[in-house]
Amino acid sequence: MSEKMNFLMEAKGVNKSFGSINALEEVNLEIGYNEIVGLIGDNGAGKSTLIKILTGVHSADSGELYWKGQKLNKLTVSLARDLGIVTVFQDRALSGQHPIWRNIFMGKELTNRWGFTNIRKEKEETLKLMKGMMGFTSSAISPDNIVGSMSGGEQQGVAISRALYFEASLIMLDEPTNGLSLTETQKVFDFVQTIKKKKKSCIFISHNLFHIYPIADRIVIVDRGKIVQNLAKNELTLDELQKRMFEIVGADSFKIKNTN
Amino acid sequence: MMKNRFLRDFINKRKIEIAIGLVFFIMMIVFIIANPVVFLNYRVYMAVFTTLPILIILSTSMVFVIASGEIDLSFPSIIGISAWAFAIIAKAGVNPFLALIVAIIVGSFCGFLNSLLITNLGLSSLVLTLGMNFLLRGLIMIITGGKGISLAFLRNTEIFSIFTDKIGIFPIQMLWAIGFVMINWFLFYRHKFGGHVCYIGDNLMSAREMGISVNKVMVSTFVLMGASSGFVGVLLCLINNQFWPTTGDGYLLIVLAATFLGGTPTWGGIGTIFGAIMGSLILGFLETGIISSGLTGFYTKFFFGLILILALISHRFAGLNKKGK
Repeated sequence: MSEKMNFLMEAKGVNKSFGSINALEEVNLEIGYNEIVGLIGDNGAGKSTLIKILTGVHSADSGELYWKGQKLNKLTVSLARDLGIVTVFQDRALSGQHPIWRNIFMGKELTNRWGFTNIRKEKEETLKLMKGMMGFTSSAISPDNIVGSMSGGEQQGVAISRALYFEASLIMLDEPTNGLSLTETQKVFDFVQTIKKKKKSCIFISHNLFHIYPIADRIVIVDRGKIVQNLAKNELTLDELQKRMFEIVGADSFKIKNTN
Repeated sequence: MMKNRFLRDFINKRKIEIAIGLVFFIMMIVFIIANPVVFLNYRVYMAVFTTLPILIILSTSMVFVIASGEIDLSFPSIIGISAWAFAIIAKAGVNPFLALIVAIIVGSFCGFLNSLLITNLGLSSLVLTLGMNFLLRGLIMIITGGKGISLAFLRNTEIFSIFTDKIGIFPIQMLWAIGFVMINWFLFYRHKFGGHVCYIGDNLMSAREMGISVNKVMVSTFVLMGASSGFVGVLLCLINNQFWPTTGDGYLLIVLAATFLGGTPTWGGIGTIFGAIMGSLILGFLETGIISSGLTGFYTKFFFGLILILALISHRFAGLNKKGK
């Protein structure tokens, strides 16, 4: 029992198939307290299916999920939300035509008994959040700035800060650096560091090894529904990791050729 | 310095509203110059205020529907069927206030029906409400056999003096419109409902992701539109002392024009109540202004179109373009 308490969330022997396709086979994954897990794999490897199971969107065919050592009998989307498991998607996190303060409190407005919004309070809280967690020190950027006019990295920052503000304990970042420039990617990394500093955990999903390696504490490689590598970063250099990645992918493509 | 900054922020945030306000202002100055005798006299304003409330109530409620990314083309017939319900109940000798409540319930129910079909079956609101507009109008025609109902007996009764009488020279329905607009304004800007409407229109996926119950909000916007139409149906009956099977028919395009003219964009996600009021004022005064400027009524539609297109261009220059791109 005490051993299980070492992990924030744990998946044991998770299987999931869609029709005849085995999306996940006997997957075991542990996410530690205050740990950044980099989840990497090719398109269709099973990354999103795994995340959807961990956030209650899909239920596993078999296998067990644990939260802080407690077995979760049925994880639903609303239970996951109550536990503080939050997914940040790049394209569906924010409302682009609205200011930052509205986005922060979207769906969780500070209201009185009759549902009227306390706009002043929401703006004040947003300003605090921006100066603190988000690190916007310039006075040129205010809570009234329209989110759609901000850069991609900053937008991710708004979504991550929002999750942290509402005390998320496990943040799933789904391909947060897709299509971002180098400087914007760096900004996303800074926000991931904030998650670390706030003593929260994060699963960082990407198919780009170079985007995962600099910030992850542990790197998990998924391939065809199986976890093929699960290593602490200090066990492996980037070069070695890259080599292994190519081995996995290369071997697979070789297999495909043979069977054909 | 500080003051300047507030002013600059205000102008930045309210560009669309300022632009449309200016259009109205300039238009009125042109009318005053063209015919000072008419436009420096209160009478013309009181005349316009008689029917302006209809336009204001409908266009400010339409802001919600359009900001949510949908549209409602069925409201003219909802006005008609609510007006019909009001007329037959009042004619039967039932308390007309009860008839008013029934009319609003009928309107709300039609909106509810629209929203159920849109949310549960995923139908296109554009086509569904277009169909509903024909369906309900057809229903009224079938039931009434194309005959109107005289409501002259309601003149100078209690319900008439509360809703459509005049205080001195001022039409009371204008006060109801102002009250209605204030409720809509608070709902849109100060209540979480308005926010949720906009988030759904802006990014449906993110609204769902953040736990907003999308279907409930959609139902509420269409019910609001339906209830407004029901109320308007009763107002029209009282203003005209008559129910016509065509009641509400002429309002479809002019209400949409007022909403879009005001700066609520077609793509959803944002909207402006103030703009809808300004749009209603512009269209309300335009016809009177054209005729009293010495042009014939034939020019009305031409200027309606012209001002709509000019307003659209001015929105573009005020920075209103899709998704801030």
